[in-house]
Amino acid sequence: MALRQCAIYGKGGIGKSTTTQNLVSALAELGNSVMIVGCDPKADSTRLILHAKAQTTIMSLAAEAGSVEDLELEDVLKAGYRNIKCVESGGPEPGVGCAGRGVITAINFLEEEGAYDDDLDFVFYDVLGDVVCGGFAMPIRENKAQEIYIVCSGEMMAMYAANNIAKGIVKYANSGSVRLAGLICNSRETAREDELISALAAKLGTTMIHFVPRDNVVQRAEIRRMTVIEYEPGAKQAEEYRQLATKIRDNKNFVIPTPITMDELEELMMEFGIIDDVDESIVGVSAAAEATA
Amino acid sequence: MAALTKEETEALIQEVLDVYPAQAKKDRAKHLAVNDQSLEKSNKCITSNRKSQPGTMTIRGCAYAGSKGVVWGPIKDMIHISHGPVGCGQYSRAGRRNYYVGTTGVNTFGTMNFTSDFTEKDIVFGGDKKLAKIITEIEGLFPLHKGISIQSECPIGLIGDDIEAVAKKGNKEIGKPVVPVRCEGFRGVSQSLGHHIANDAIRDWVLENRDGDESFPTTPYDVAVIGDYNIGGDAWASRTLLEEMGLRVVAQWSGDGTIAEMEKTPKVKLNLIHCYRSMNYIARHMEEKYKIPWIEYNFFGPTKIAESLRKIAALFDETIQAGAERVIAKYQAEYDAVIAKYKPRLQGKRVMLYVGGLRPRHVIGAYEDLGMEVVGTGYEFGHNDDYDRTIKEMGNTTLIYDDVTGYEFEEFVKRVKPDLIGSGIKEKYIFQKMGIPFRQMHSWDYSGPYHGYDGFAIFARDMDMTLNNPCWKQVQVPWKTAEADKVAVAAGA
Repeated sequence: MALRQCAIYGKGGIGKSTTTQNLVSALAELGNSVMIVGCDPKADSTRLILHAKAQTTIMSLAAEAGSVEDLELEDVLKAGYRNIKCVESGGPEPGVGCAGRGVITAINFLEEEGAYDDDLDFVFYDVLGDVVCGGFAMPIRENKAQEIYIVCSGEMMAMYAANNIAKGIVKYANSGSVRLAGLICNSRETAREDELISALAAKLGTTMIHFVPRDNVVQRAEIRRMTVIEYEPGAKQAEEYRQLATKIRDNKNFVIPTPITMDELEELMMEFGIIDDVDESIVGVSAAAEATA
Repeated sequence: MAALTKEETEALIQEVLDVYPAQAKKDRAKHLAVNDQSLEKSNKCITSNRKSQPGTMTIRGCAYAGSKGVVWGPIKDMIHISHGPVGCGQYSRAGRRNYYVGTTGVNTFGTMNFTSDFTEKDIVFGGDKKLAKIITEIEGLFPLHKGISIQSECPIGLIGDDIEAVAKKGNKEIGKPVVPVRCEGFRGVSQSLGHHIANDAIRDWVLENRDGDESFPTTPYDVAVIGDYNIGGDAWASRTLLEEMGLRVVAQWSGDGTIAEMEKTPKVKLNLIHCYRSMNYIARHMEEKYKIPWIEYNFFGPTKIAESLRKIAALFDETIQAGAERVIAKYQAEYDAVIAKYKPRLQGKRVMLYVGGLRPRHVIGAYEDLGMEVVGTGYEFGHNDDYDRTIKEMGNTTLIYDDVTGYEFEEFVKRVKPDLIGSGIKEKYIFQKMGIPFRQMHSWDYSGPYHGYDGFAIFARDMDMTLNNPCWKQVQVPWKTAEADKVAVAAGA
């Protein structure tokens, strides 16, 4: 099987890293050889696989050694649960430097050092929530990730983010082979959440590939720095991640997304009762002004 | 060759513009003009300080060049850190020939390159910590330095480093001025914005340092020389004249200058501006805040020197006015001899210029003193106030070109056929290969000074030795050979 490179995007705090690590564990359980590339300065994309607080990152090692050219692949690549290969790009603390450049440097390093070997079945890029600059689009540029999965929930801002990410994909899809491969709904237990995300997926030209319900076992596993797959393989939630993994393994539905306008998105949310009908007369009117009116 | 008429010059501009695509033609047309002395304002005929067109071989520099290379770099007792990757500082190192007195590496640092030498990890993690360390190391290694400036290269602005915070901390640590300058190269359309940013940094971080401190004894004759970068010793040749007429030069900005001189400048009675383009901002600020008047002057060639000395003296008492006359008289025999020697050799020769801040207009008088005529001029990064000042200096129907492109300059030269071109190193060899005598008018072709009476003698000698160099007669141009051949064939038939 040829190497499949997938990137996971989605609003910050939506559960990308947790979902990715559980999904990757399930893929490994199915017999696949997988690598996770964390593309977030926080470097928390591999901790559940490695049972570590945070993996030592490419950029911090490069800073120590002097330059990234001084590093060897084995310095940065760690194997964890079921031999899943883990690497973190790393980057600066918040508020300084250029995290985007860190992602670019790290991915270039992995390519040049031959991290993407033939034995791998899957690479997953776990990317910082907001694609704030070119650096965080690095995983979806030509010859990198070809499949994008967007993690979202039935909350308004998560859907805004999903639509914006779809816009970003269109830009690179027209010049390369990157495609939207599906929405993963990480449930926040909002009303009619599965229907809503399915409807959004349909508008974007894709599908909701799986609905991952909310379950406390995820947090219990996470406290132990483990995935559910490893912590409690018999749990119902582990089965959900296995289903997600199987669906992704068998996925053939790769599309150039059709992002929708803000108006369409708001309409969709109104339809599902996420937001009320916009009353133009109240826009920009403060509470105090309302009281005196 | 006789001078072109207004119509001929206009036709020439049209012809040159005709090869451009429509959009470029429309843009470039605004930057080319036929001089008309009757105009009060240059904006009637020329547009300047706009973004260059891609693909047209502009000769401009960047904001970093304007700040580090022009304004700050010559302050000799400060260390100027080129903050960012190594190239910007290293490839511009010591390139501008700002002469200074001092022991390099001990108490002066003009020709050295200090850089934070950014690598990938500095971009990713930010360079503030490294910068702070450099400041500490400089203090340890070069204890006689009098201050530090941080000259931002492009990445500093892109990654959002807080160099102001580092500068404040560094200032506390070493007890000397540490000046952050936001002169990232991508800002603005040319080096001109770099001058402005550098002026603002002086205003915000240097000029107030001695406010309220009256310990410096002043005199009624205190002046500051502003906008003389002492290229080949220019400022020295200027300063002597001012001192001989009885003025006290408290500060030289920035050629052979020091930070102490800059800090004392708010105490002077008059600011004298040579390069208006690069330093008018700080002169205007001092006028507003410290009520110090300023005037422009021109020390190229005896006519302009005498005019300027008298103009400066008129702002002082009779002692100084008498001093100015004394100075002019003292050097008269000297400059008359220069003119007597070189004018017969240069009379009637036609010059085209294309330079930077002040020279496209300031050197016209010096050429005229030698009987030469400037038939075309232009600025790399001038603004319209520069062109306002140029219109009156240039003859009617002469060519004026702003941010001239490589193509335009060559075509103008082919048609105008000047006897001499004065421009920069990037233009030099093209025109020399075309068989046209050329002088570098940024670096004085490694000669100088050209300012003052001393400089005029060197200027005249240099123009003569270039223009009348026997080598030009040896240039065998193919068309002339072919023509000669044809004549020979015809004669033989």
